[in-house]
Amino acid sequence: MMKTDEKLIIDGKRLDGRKPDELREIEMKVGVIPNADGSSMVRFGKTIAIAAVYGPRKLFPKHLQESETGVVQFKYDMATFSVDERKRPGPSRREIEISKVARLAVEPALFLEKYPKATVDIFVEILQADGSTRVTSINAASLALADAGVPMRDLVVALSGGKIDDTLILDLCGKEDNYSDADVPVAFMPNKKEITLLQMDGRLKPEEVKEIIRNILHAGKKVYEKQVEALKKKYSE
Amino acid sequence: MRAEYILKLLEKDERLDGRKLDEFRKIVIEENPFQRAEGSARVKIGKTEVIVGVKMDFSEPYPDAPNSGVLRTEAELTPLAHPDFLPGPPDEDATEIARVIDRGIRESETVNLEKLCITEGEKVWCIYMDFYPINHDGNLIDAGTIASLVALKNTKIPSIDEKGKINREELKENLQINHHPITITIGKVNGKFILDPTFEEEQVLESRLSITVTEEDKIVAMQKMGSGTLTDDDIDAMIDIAVKKSKEIRELILNGTKEVKQKVKADKSRKG
Repeated sequence: MMKTDEKLIIDGKRLDGRKPDELREIEMKVGVIPNADGSSMVRFGKTIAIAAVYGPRKLFPKHLQESETGVVQFKYDMATFSVDERKRPGPSRREIEISKVARLAVEPALFLEKYPKATVDIFVEILQADGSTRVTSINAASLALADAGVPMRDLVVALSGGKIDDTLILDLCGKEDNYSDADVPVAFMPNKKEITLLQMDGRLKPEEVKEIIRNILHAGKKVYEKQVEALKKKYSE
Repeated sequence: MRAEYILKLLEKDERLDGRKLDEFRKIVIEENPFQRAEGSARVKIGKTEVIVGVKMDFSEPYPDAPNSGVLRTEAELTPLAHPDFLPGPPDEDATEIARVIDRGIRESETVNLEKLCITEGEKVWCIYMDFYPINHDGNLIDAGTIASLVALKNTKIPSIDEKGKINREELKENLQINHHPITITIGKVNGKFILDPTFEEEQVLESRLSITVTEEDKIVAMQKMGSGTLTDDDIDAMIDIAVKKSKEIRELILNGTKEVKQKVKADKSRKG
């Protein structure tokens, strides 16, 4: 983690005026890509992700097919203009890793055994990055899957937590992401109370890690409600 | 089926090789086995064998850290180490392993990168840390962190001659190591937690959580792997296991090396 002399919390307020446990403004929409079987747009503050789901559809090349179960293919990609310094096109090591952990984050919610030889393809594009892009992607993927009508055990909710200036916080923005003492992205199925993604980097006491995870599980309810709201809205319009 | 037998044994808290659920296989460490590398290590955990080699070269600093050296960790899962490893560029598994090992070393600030600046904003040392499994019998990440740590501890910075070129004949000072992070990966299956799984055991695990802990009991990196899920209580228990076990493994690596090294020497003489 990088260091800065700048104070990230002043008088209990964060850079963008939020309280430590306050989330940024969240916007969620489904059905944003007509070609896709399901799609979504998710915005946390200035971080914007769009997701498209295609499938379940036959998996090609054939040698990748599994005879007993379907598979998920997940591609997380950052647009070149989504960050300050242009991102080189093509998957970076970071994007390859995020694609893998994000795939594993949504897989447990699906009934893949029902689709032998098939794939559920999920493509996420980060259009604007201001921290917490992987959790934003997972929320977008969850919504796009539901929008596609793919049966799910539960929605998958994702949220980041961390620590800055000795304070535990939620939903890190870009600057907090860069200068925090720790960053803990978590994804989970809120009704099943099962965690599907957990990563951490930084420096924390064991008790702090445990507390951050509990804070995320608690605050994640708000994110869940936003997902449900976005899905309902599709049918009320 | 072998997998079913493994699960059946685990129900009784037993394992194929007779270990306890939280017991590691025998760890053997060889310091600096390779002369061309600036630092290297070979680590065996049971039948798993991994190598880390460190090379140092000039590089440009990152624009946002003009007076910091650069650390790069890569993993090559070459087909020689396991029938499942295929030739080709690093895939997502290799990328993940490299990044998890990297995170533990980086976030613990084991290497003081600011000491590796040569000309601010222009020229710094880059530490290339490359991880090669030689025989994959499970638990590559824990072995990889140990090998990385031992390789870094044995790394000597090359000298720079009058013309500003790297002189590898003359290795100068030791790379300064500030911390001793240890990664403990905990596997979960049917509500049981196991440590140091073999390759066969890894195949039956629902999920794994790698936790890197420093000597100050600070957690510096975590990564959940596998398609199974975890509850918050699982994670609490896994953190406690990792904090406790990391002390034991660290002690073994730092102070138990004598016995460990003798074993390596015996191996060498056998090979003639």
